Amino acid sequence: MAGLRTAEGARRAGYTGPIEFLGAEAHAPYNRPPLSKELLQTEGQGHADVAFPIRSALEEGVSWVLGRAAVSLDAERRVVVDDAGDEHPYSALVIATGLRPKPLPIDDHGLGGIHVLRTLDDAVALRSVLRPGANVVILGSGFVGCEIAATAAKNGATVSVVTQSRVPLQRALGSLLGAEMRRRHENHGVRFFTGESLFGLVGDPSVERVILTSGVMLECDVLVVAVGSDPNTEWLASSGLDVSDGVLVDAGLRAIGSDGAVRPDIFAVGDVARYANPLFDDVARRVEHWNLPTETGKRAGQLIAAHLAGDDCEPLAAEGFAPLPSFWSDQYDAHVLAFGMTYLADRSELVAGRVDDECVVEFFRGDDLVGVCGIGMRSAVQAYRTRFAPPAPPSSG
Amino acid sequence: MIRIDVDMNKCQHYGQCVFEAPEVFQLNADDKLEYVAEAPDEMLADLEAAADVCPMQAILITRA
Repeated sequence: MAGLRTAEGARRAGYTGPIEFLGAEAHAPYNRPPLSKELLQTEGQGHADVAFPIRSALEEGVSWVLGRAAVSLDAERRVVVDDAGDEHPYSALVIATGLRPKPLPIDDHGLGGIHVLRTLDDAVALRSVLRPGANVVILGSGFVGCEIAATAAKNGATVSVVTQSRVPLQRALGSLLGAEMRRRHENHGVRFFTGESLFGLVGDPSVERVILTSGVMLECDVLVVAVGSDPNTEWLASSGLDVSDGVLVDAGLRAIGSDGAVRPDIFAVGDVARYANPLFDDVARRVEHWNLPTETGKRAGQLIAAHLAGDDCEPLAAEGFAPLPSFWSDQYDAHVLAFGMTYLADRSELVAGRVDDECVVEFFRGDDLVGVCGIGMRSAVQAYRTRFAPPAPPSSG
Repeated sequence: MIRIDVDMNKCQHYGQCVFEAPEVFQLNADDKLEYVAEAPDEMLADLEAAADVCPMQAILITRA
Protein backbone atom coordinates (compact mmCIF):
# COMPACT_ATOMS: atom_id res chain seq x y z
CA MET A 1 0.00 0.00 0.00
CA ALA A 2 2.72 2.49 0.96
CA GLY A 3 4.68 1.55 -2.15
CA LEU A 4 1.61 2.09 -4.32
CA ARG A 5 0.93 5.49 -2.76
CA THR A 6 4.57 6.46 -3.25
CA ALA A 7 4.41 5.60 -6.94
CA GLU A 8 1.18 7.56 -7.34
CA GLY A 9 2.74 10.48 -5.50
CA ALA A 10 5.81 10.46 -7.72
CA ARG A 11 3.62 10.44 -10.83
CA ARG A 12 1.49 13.26 -9.44
CA ALA A 13 4.68 15.24 -8.82
CA GLY A 14 5.72 14.85 -12.45
CA TYR A 15 7.83 11.69 -12.61
CA THR A 16 7.12 9.90 -15.92
CA GLY A 17 9.90 7.29 -15.96
CA PRO A 18 9.72 3.55 -15.28
CA ILE A 19 8.57 2.11 -11.94
CA GLU A 20 9.13 -1.46 -10.78
CA PHE A 21 7.26 -3.06 -7.89
CA LEU A 22 9.11 -5.96 -6.27
CA GLY A 23 6.87 -7.78 -3.77
CA ALA A 24 7.22 -10.91 -1.66
CA GLU A 25 3.48 -11.57 -1.79
CA ALA A 26 1.94 -12.99 -4.95
CA HIS A 27 -0.85 -10.40 -4.83
CA ALA A 28 -0.96 -6.84 -6.13
CA PRO A 29 -1.41 -4.24 -3.34
CA TYR A 30 -4.51 -4.68 -1.22
CA ASN A 31 -6.17 -3.23 1.85
CA ARG A 32 -5.41 -5.14 5.04
CA PRO A 33 -8.04 -3.99 7.58
CA PRO A 34 -10.88 -6.12 6.10
CA LEU A 35 -8.70 -9.22 6.61
CA SER A 36 -9.73 -9.33 10.28
CA LYS A 37 -13.34 -8.35 9.59
CA GLU A 38 -15.42 -8.69 6.39
CA LEU A 39 -13.06 -10.99 4.51
CA LEU A 40 -12.58 -13.18 7.57
CA GLN A 41 -16.31 -13.80 7.94
CA THR A 42 -17.40 -13.89 4.29
CA GLU A 43 -16.82 -17.15 2.48
CA GLY A 44 -15.71 -16.58 -1.10
CA GLN A 45 -14.16 -13.13 -0.61
CA GLY A 46 -10.67 -12.81 -1.99
CA HIS A 47 -8.15 -10.45 -3.51
CA ALA A 48 -10.70 -8.73 -5.76
CA ASP A 49 -12.67 -7.63 -2.70
CA VAL A 50 -9.71 -5.87 -1.08
CA ALA A 51 -7.43 -4.90 -4.00
CA PHE A 52 -6.58 -1.24 -4.41
CA PRO A 53 -7.65 0.11 -7.80
CA ILE A 54 -4.67 0.84 -10.03
CA ARG A 55 -5.03 4.44 -11.13
CA SER A 56 -4.52 5.48 -14.74
CA ALA A 57 -1.22 7.18 -13.86
CA LEU A 58 0.22 3.73 -13.12
CA GLU A 59 -1.14 1.93 -16.16
CA GLU A 60 1.96 2.65 -18.22
CA GLY A 61 5.66 2.39 -17.47
CA VAL A 62 5.06 0.09 -14.49
CA SER A 63 6.29 -3.49 -14.06
CA TRP A 64 5.18 -5.87 -11.33
CA VAL A 65 7.54 -8.54 -10.02
CA LEU A 66 5.39 -10.36 -7.46
CA GLY A 67 6.12 -13.44 -5.39
CA ARG A 68 9.78 -12.44 -5.12
CA ALA A 69 11.25 -11.20 -1.86
CA ALA A 70 14.19 -8.81 -1.68
CA VAL A 71 17.11 -10.49 0.06
CA SER A 72 19.83 -7.83 -0.06
CA LEU A 73 20.59 -4.24 -0.94
CA ASP A 74 23.87 -2.97 -2.35
CA ALA A 75 23.50 0.78 -1.84
CA GLU A 76 26.84 1.57 -3.52
CA ARG A 77 25.98 -0.27 -6.76
CA ARG A 78 22.28 0.68 -6.41
CA VAL A 79 21.04 -2.86 -6.82
CA VAL A 80 18.44 -4.95 -4.96
CA VAL A 81 18.84 -8.73 -5.19
CA ASP A 82 15.73 -10.92 -4.95
CA ASP A 83 15.31 -14.48 -3.67
CA ALA A 84 15.72 -15.91 -7.18
CA GLY A 85 19.12 -14.23 -7.44
CA ASP A 86 17.95 -11.61 -9.94
CA GLU A 87 19.33 -8.10 -9.65
CA HIS A 88 17.08 -5.04 -9.76
CA PRO A 89 19.01 -1.83 -10.44
CA TYR A 90 17.45 1.49 -9.42
CA SER A 91 17.89 5.25 -9.56
CA ALA A 92 15.71 5.70 -6.48
CA LEU A 93 14.70 2.93 -4.07
CA VAL A 94 11.58 2.87 -1.91
CA ILE A 95 11.64 0.49 1.04
CA ALA A 96 8.06 -0.53 1.83
CA THR A 97 8.62 -4.05 3.13
CA GLY A 98 6.28 -3.58 6.08
CA LEU A 99 5.93 -5.89 9.04
CA ARG A 100 5.38 -9.53 9.84
CA PRO A 101 3.64 -10.98 12.89
CA LYS A 102 5.78 -11.89 15.84
CA PRO A 103 5.86 -15.67 16.21
CA LEU A 104 4.43 -17.76 19.05
CA PRO A 105 6.56 -16.93 22.10
CA ILE A 106 6.93 -20.62 23.02
CA ASP A 107 8.01 -23.69 21.05
CA ASP A 108 5.17 -24.73 18.70
CA HIS A 109 6.57 -28.32 18.35
CA GLY A 110 5.48 -28.18 14.70
CA LEU A 111 1.80 -28.47 15.68
CA GLY A 112 -0.95 -27.57 13.25
CA GLY A 113 -3.84 -25.24 14.07
CA ILE A 114 -1.59 -22.25 14.84
CA HIS A 115 -2.35 -19.09 12.86
CA VAL A 116 -1.23 -15.49 12.45
CA LEU A 117 -3.00 -12.75 10.51
CA ARG A 118 -1.12 -10.33 8.31
CA THR A 119 -1.61 -11.35 4.69
CA LEU A 120 -4.56 -12.26 2.51
CA ASP A 121 -3.37 -15.87 2.46
CA ASP A 122 -3.27 -15.85 6.29
CA ALA A 123 -6.87 -14.60 6.38
CA VAL A 124 -8.17 -17.20 3.95
CA ALA A 125 -6.45 -19.97 5.93
CA LEU A 126 -7.87 -18.68 9.23
CA ARG A 127 -11.37 -18.26 7.78
CA SER A 128 -11.49 -21.92 6.82
CA VAL A 129 -11.10 -23.00 10.47
CA LEU A 130 -13.26 -20.38 12.27
CA ARG A 131 -16.28 -22.65 12.18
CA PRO A 132 -19.27 -22.31 14.50
CA GLY A 133 -18.48 -24.21 17.67
CA ALA A 134 -14.71 -24.13 17.13
CA ASN A 135 -12.64 -23.42 20.24
CA VAL A 136 -10.59 -20.38 19.28
CA VAL A 137 -7.84 -19.07 21.55
CA ILE A 138 -6.35 -15.70 20.64
CA LEU A 139 -3.01 -14.75 22.13
CA GLY A 140 -2.80 -10.96 22.32
CA SER A 141 -5.43 -8.25 22.81
CA GLY A 142 -4.38 -5.49 20.44
CA PHE A 143 -6.53 -4.43 17.51
CA VAL A 144 -5.79 -7.53 15.42
CA GLY A 145 -6.53 -9.91 18.29
CA CYS A 146 -9.71 -8.08 19.33
CA GLU A 147 -11.06 -7.78 15.79
CA ILE A 148 -10.48 -11.49 15.17
CA ALA A 149 -12.19 -12.22 18.50
CA ALA A 150 -15.24 -10.18 17.45
CA THR A 151 -15.41 -11.82 14.02
CA ALA A 152 -14.97 -15.33 15.42
CA ALA A 153 -17.60 -14.73 18.13
CA LYS A 154 -20.06 -13.45 15.52
CA ASN A 155 -19.38 -16.63 13.52
CA GLY A 156 -20.41 -18.74 16.50
CA ALA A 157 -16.97 -19.83 17.68
CA THR A 158 -16.12 -20.20 21.35
CA VAL A 159 -13.51 -17.46 21.84
CA SER A 160 -10.91 -16.97 24.56
CA VAL A 161 -8.44 -14.07 24.57
CA VAL A 162 -5.19 -14.56 26.48
CA THR A 163 -3.27 -11.36 27.19
CA GLN A 164 -0.52 -10.09 29.42
CA SER A 165 -2.36 -6.75 29.70
CA ARG A 166 -4.90 -5.88 32.38
CA VAL A 167 -7.52 -4.90 29.80
CA PRO A 168 -7.67 -5.42 26.03
CA LEU A 169 -6.42 -2.60 23.80
CA GLN A 170 -4.73 -1.10 26.85
CA ARG A 171 -1.77 0.37 25.04
CA ALA A 172 -3.80 2.12 22.34
CA LEU A 173 -7.00 3.01 24.21
CA GLY A 174 -6.04 3.10 27.88
CA SER A 175 -7.77 1.48 30.85
CA LEU A 176 -11.16 3.22 30.61
CA LEU A 177 -11.96 2.37 26.99
CA GLY A 178 -10.10 -0.94 27.20
CA ALA A 179 -12.34 -2.07 30.07
CA GLU A 180 -15.40 -0.97 28.08
CA MET A 181 -14.28 -2.94 25.02
CA ARG A 182 -13.79 -5.96 27.24
CA ARG A 183 -17.37 -5.58 28.51
CA ARG A 184 -18.67 -5.43 24.93
CA HIS A 185 -16.69 -8.54 23.96
CA GLU A 186 -17.95 -10.39 27.04
CA ASN A 187 -21.53 -9.52 26.06
CA HIS A 188 -20.86 -11.58 22.95
CA GLY A 189 -19.48 -14.49 24.91
CA VAL A 190 -15.74 -13.81 24.57
CA ARG A 191 -13.75 -14.83 27.66
CA PHE A 192 -10.63 -12.93 28.75
CA PHE A 193 -7.62 -14.30 30.59
CA THR A 194 -5.67 -11.19 31.57
CA GLY A 195 -2.20 -11.00 33.08
CA GLU A 196 -1.63 -14.36 31.43
CA SER A 197 0.59 -15.94 28.84
CA LEU A 198 1.01 -19.33 27.27
CA PHE A 199 2.90 -22.01 29.17
CA GLY A 200 2.44 -24.97 26.84
CA LEU A 201 0.50 -26.66 24.06
CA VAL A 202 -1.09 -30.10 24.04
CA GLY A 203 -2.06 -32.07 20.93
CA ASP A 204 -0.81 -34.12 18.01
CA PRO A 205 -0.63 -33.41 15.11
CA SER A 206 -2.68 -30.26 15.78
CA VAL A 207 -3.09 -28.21 18.92
CA GLU A 208 -5.98 -29.47 21.09
CA ARG A 209 -5.46 -27.59 24.35
CA VAL A 210 -3.34 -24.71 25.60
CA ILE A 211 -1.99 -24.35 29.13
CA LEU A 212 -1.72 -20.84 30.57
CA THR A 213 0.99 -19.69 32.97
CA SER A 214 -1.55 -19.76 35.83
CA GLY A 215 -2.21 -23.44 35.10
CA VAL A 216 -5.61 -22.86 33.46
CA MET A 217 -6.17 -25.25 30.56
CA LEU A 218 -8.31 -24.24 27.57
CA GLU A 219 -9.75 -26.39 24.79
CA CYS A 220 -8.22 -25.10 21.57
CA ASP A 221 -8.85 -26.05 17.95
CA VAL A 222 -7.45 -22.81 16.58
CA LEU A 223 -4.67 -20.77 18.20
CA VAL A 224 -4.21 -17.27 16.78
CA VAL A 225 -0.95 -15.51 17.62
CA ALA A 226 -1.56 -11.73 17.62
CA VAL A 227 1.21 -10.36 19.80
CA GLY A 228 2.49 -7.57 17.58
CA SER A 229 4.79 -7.28 14.60
CA ASP A 230 8.43 -6.93 13.63
CA PRO A 231 9.74 -4.84 10.72
CA ASN A 232 10.98 -6.71 7.65
CA THR A 233 14.50 -5.32 7.56
CA GLU A 234 16.75 -8.39 7.70
CA TRP A 235 17.44 -7.98 3.98
CA LEU A 236 19.00 -4.59 4.78
CA ALA A 237 21.48 -5.96 7.31
CA SER A 238 24.53 -5.19 5.16
CA SER A 239 23.08 -2.10 3.45
CA GLY A 240 24.75 0.44 5.73
CA LEU A 241 21.34 1.86 6.73
CA ASP A 242 20.20 2.41 10.30
CA VAL A 243 17.70 -0.45 10.74
CA SER A 244 17.85 -0.75 14.52
CA ASP A 245 14.00 -0.68 14.65
CA GLY A 246 12.65 -0.27 11.15
CA VAL A 247 14.37 2.05 8.69
CA LEU A 248 15.34 5.40 10.22
CA VAL A 249 14.39 8.27 7.87
CA ASP A 250 14.50 12.07 7.91
CA ALA A 251 11.60 14.49 7.39
CA GLY A 252 11.80 13.75 3.66
CA LEU A 253 11.43 10.00 4.28
CA ARG A 254 15.05 9.59 3.11
CA ALA A 255 16.95 6.75 4.74
CA ILE A 256 19.68 7.57 7.21
CA GLY A 257 22.83 5.45 7.26
CA SER A 258 24.31 3.96 10.39
CA ASP A 259 26.94 6.68 9.87
CA GLY A 260 24.19 9.29 10.34
CA ALA A 261 24.32 10.49 6.71
CA VAL A 262 21.17 10.93 4.64
CA ARG A 263 20.95 8.69 1.53
CA PRO A 264 19.23 10.93 -1.01
CA ASP A 265 18.23 8.03 -3.29
CA ILE A 266 16.77 5.63 -0.69
CA PHE A 267 13.37 6.19 0.91
CA ALA A 268 11.33 4.23 3.42
CA VAL A 269 7.54 4.47 3.80
CA GLY A 270 4.70 2.84 5.69
CA ASP A 271 4.98 0.58 8.71
CA VAL A 272 8.68 -0.09 8.23
CA ALA A 273 9.73 3.58 8.41
CA ARG A 274 10.85 5.20 11.68
CA TYR A 275 10.69 8.97 11.90
CA ALA A 276 10.09 11.83 14.30
CA ASN A 277 6.71 13.56 14.19
CA PRO A 278 6.92 17.22 15.29
CA LEU A 279 3.23 17.16 16.24
CA PHE A 280 4.35 15.23 19.31
CA ASP A 281 8.12 15.36 19.92
CA ASP A 282 11.49 14.65 18.30
CA VAL A 283 11.63 10.90 19.04
CA ALA A 284 11.80 8.73 15.91
CA ARG A 285 9.16 5.99 16.07
CA ARG A 286 7.55 3.39 13.90
CA VAL A 287 3.79 4.01 13.91
CA GLU A 288 1.49 1.27 12.66
CA HIS A 289 -1.66 3.25 11.91
CA TRP A 290 -3.53 2.74 8.68
CA ASN A 291 -3.40 6.28 7.31
CA LEU A 292 0.39 6.58 7.52
CA PRO A 293 1.34 4.41 4.53
CA THR A 294 -0.68 6.88 2.46
CA GLU A 295 0.78 9.95 4.18
CA THR A 296 4.37 8.73 3.99
CA GLY A 297 3.91 7.51 0.42
CA LYS A 298 2.57 10.84 -0.84
CA ARG A 299 5.38 12.69 0.85
CA ALA A 300 8.12 10.36 -0.41
CA GLY A 301 6.65 10.52 -3.92
CA GLN A 302 7.19 14.28 -4.00
CA LEU A 303 10.80 13.97 -2.90
CA ILE A 304 11.53 11.15 -5.34
CA ALA A 305 10.15 13.12 -8.28
CA ALA A 306 12.29 16.10 -7.32
CA HIS A 307 15.39 13.96 -6.76
CA LEU A 308 15.05 12.17 -10.09
CA ALA A 309 14.44 15.48 -11.87
CA GLY A 310 17.77 16.67 -10.51
CA ASP A 311 16.14 19.33 -8.33
CA ASP A 312 17.43 20.41 -4.95
CA CYS A 313 15.42 18.36 -2.45
CA GLU A 314 16.58 20.22 0.65
CA PRO A 315 13.90 22.97 0.63
CA LEU A 316 11.19 20.31 0.27
CA ALA A 317 12.66 18.17 3.04
CA ALA A 318 13.03 21.24 5.26
CA GLU A 319 9.26 21.82 5.15
CA GLY A 320 9.02 19.05 7.72
CA PHE A 321 6.65 16.12 7.98
CA ALA A 322 3.92 16.08 10.62
CA PRO A 323 1.16 13.64 9.64
CA LEU A 324 -1.72 13.22 12.08
CA PRO A 325 -2.03 9.49 12.79
CA SER A 326 -5.57 8.16 12.64
CA PHE A 327 -6.97 4.74 13.28
CA TRP A 328 -10.32 3.08 13.58
CA SER A 329 -11.69 -0.27 14.56
CA ASP A 330 -15.07 -1.98 14.14
CA GLN A 331 -15.92 -4.49 16.85
CA TYR A 332 -19.59 -5.53 17.02
CA ASP A 333 -21.55 -2.28 16.86
CA ALA A 334 -18.72 -0.18 18.30
CA HIS A 335 -17.13 2.11 15.73
CA VAL A 336 -13.90 3.32 17.29
CA LEU A 337 -12.19 6.31 15.66
CA ALA A 338 -9.04 7.97 16.99
CA PHE A 339 -6.54 10.66 16.08
CA GLY A 340 -3.08 11.27 17.41
CA MET A 341 -0.75 9.03 19.42
CA THR A 342 -2.99 7.89 22.24
CA TYR A 343 -0.39 5.46 23.57
CA LEU A 344 1.95 8.33 24.46
CA ALA A 345 -0.61 9.45 27.04
CA ASP A 346 -0.20 9.16 30.79
CA ARG A 347 -3.89 9.85 31.44
CA SER A 348 -7.21 9.93 29.63
CA GLU A 349 -10.41 11.82 30.33
CA LEU A 350 -14.01 11.23 29.28
CA VAL A 351 -15.23 14.54 27.83
CA ALA A 352 -18.52 13.65 26.13
CA GLY A 353 -21.12 10.89 26.17
CA ARG A 354 -20.99 7.62 28.10
CA VAL A 355 -18.47 4.83 27.56
CA ASP A 356 -21.21 2.18 27.54
CA ASP A 357 -22.95 4.02 24.69
CA GLU A 358 -21.16 6.62 22.56
CA CYS A 359 -18.36 8.81 23.90
CA VAL A 360 -15.28 10.95 23.32
CA VAL A 361 -12.13 10.45 25.38
CA GLU A 362 -9.13 12.82 25.36
CA PHE A 363 -5.58 11.56 25.96
CA PHE A 364 -2.92 13.71 27.61
CA ARG A 365 0.82 13.51 28.18
CA GLY A 366 1.35 15.97 30.98
CA ASP A 367 -0.77 18.96 29.91
CA ASP A 368 -0.46 18.24 26.19
CA LEU A 369 -3.28 16.69 24.20
CA VAL A 370 -1.68 13.75 22.34
CA GLY A 371 -4.77 11.88 21.19
CA VAL A 372 -8.53 11.61 21.04
CA CYS A 373 -10.70 8.56 20.65
CA GLY A 374 -14.42 8.16 20.17
CA ILE A 375 -16.89 5.34 20.16
CA GLY A 376 -19.37 6.68 17.63
CA MET A 377 -19.70 10.51 17.82
CA ARG A 378 -17.69 10.84 14.62
CA SER A 379 -18.29 14.55 14.03
CA ALA A 380 -17.11 15.38 17.52
CA VAL A 381 -13.94 13.30 17.03
CA GLN A 382 -13.30 14.77 13.56
CA ALA A 383 -13.40 18.25 15.05
CA TYR A 384 -10.20 17.47 16.94
CA ARG A 385 -8.12 17.23 13.77
CA THR A 386 -7.08 20.85 13.97
CA ARG A 387 -6.25 20.64 17.69
CA PHE A 388 -2.93 18.92 17.06
CA ALA A 389 -0.24 21.37 16.04
CA PRO A 390 3.53 21.35 16.25
CA PRO A 391 5.00 23.57 18.93
CA ALA A 392 5.81 27.07 17.67
CA PRO A 393 9.48 27.38 16.71
CA PRO A 394 11.45 29.15 19.42
CA SER A 395 11.65 32.85 18.63
CA SER A 396 15.10 34.23 18.12
CA GLY A 397 14.25 37.39 20.11
CA MET B 1 -16.69 15.37 -15.19
CA ILE B 2 -15.74 12.98 -12.44
CA ARG B 3 -18.21 10.43 -11.18
CA ILE B 4 -18.24 9.57 -7.47
CA ASP B 5 -19.67 6.28 -6.23
CA VAL B 6 -19.75 5.30 -2.57
CA ASP B 7 -20.56 1.70 -1.70
CA MET B 8 -23.01 2.39 1.12
CA ASN B 9 -22.85 -1.27 2.18
CA LYS B 10 -19.18 -0.74 2.99
CA CYS B 11 -19.34 2.86 4.25
CA GLN B 12 -19.21 3.15 8.05
CA HIS B 13 -19.54 6.95 8.04
CA TYR B 14 -16.08 7.60 9.48
CA GLY B 15 -16.02 10.87 7.56
CA GLN B 16 -12.31 10.87 6.68
CA CYS B 17 -13.24 11.83 3.10
CA VAL B 18 -14.96 14.97 4.37
CA PHE B 19 -11.62 16.42 5.35
CA GLU B 20 -10.08 15.87 1.89
CA ALA B 21 -13.01 17.01 -0.28
CA PRO B 22 -15.61 18.89 1.79
CA GLU B 23 -17.23 20.22 -1.40
CA VAL B 24 -18.36 16.67 -2.20
CA PHE B 25 -18.56 14.76 1.10
CA GLN B 26 -20.35 15.78 4.29
CA LEU B 27 -21.53 14.18 7.49
CA ASN B 28 -25.14 15.16 8.17
CA ALA B 29 -26.68 15.94 11.56
CA ASP B 30 -27.00 12.19 12.26
CA ASP B 31 -23.29 11.64 11.47
CA LYS B 32 -24.22 9.83 8.25
CA LEU B 33 -22.30 10.41 5.01
CA GLU B 34 -23.87 12.46 2.26
CA TYR B 35 -22.17 13.20 -1.06
CA VAL B 36 -22.74 14.55 -4.54
CA ALA B 37 -22.27 12.12 -7.40
CA GLU B 38 -20.48 14.40 -9.89
CA ALA B 39 -17.68 16.92 -9.66
CA PRO B 40 -15.54 18.92 -12.08
CA ASP B 41 -12.23 17.51 -13.37
CA GLU B 42 -10.20 20.04 -11.37
CA MET B 43 -11.17 18.15 -8.21
CA LEU B 44 -9.50 14.90 -9.27
CA ALA B 45 -6.57 15.15 -6.85
CA ASP B 46 -8.82 15.97 -3.89
CA LEU B 47 -11.24 13.19 -4.76
CA GLU B 48 -8.46 10.62 -5.16
CA ALA B 49 -7.13 11.76 -1.78
CA ALA B 50 -10.60 11.24 -0.30
CA ALA B 51 -10.76 7.74 -1.79
CA ASP B 52 -7.27 7.01 -0.45
CA VAL B 53 -8.13 7.88 3.16
CA CYS B 54 -11.42 5.96 3.29
CA PRO B 55 -10.89 3.26 5.94
CA MET B 56 -13.43 1.01 4.26
CA GLN B 57 -12.14 1.76 0.73
CA ALA B 58 -15.75 2.39 -0.25
CA ILE B 59 -15.19 5.34 -2.61
CA LEU B 60 -14.81 4.80 -6.34
CA ILE B 61 -13.68 7.72 -8.51
CA THR B 62 -14.11 7.47 -12.29
CA ARG B 63 -13.64 10.03 -15.04
CA ALA B 64 -16.90 10.23 -16.95
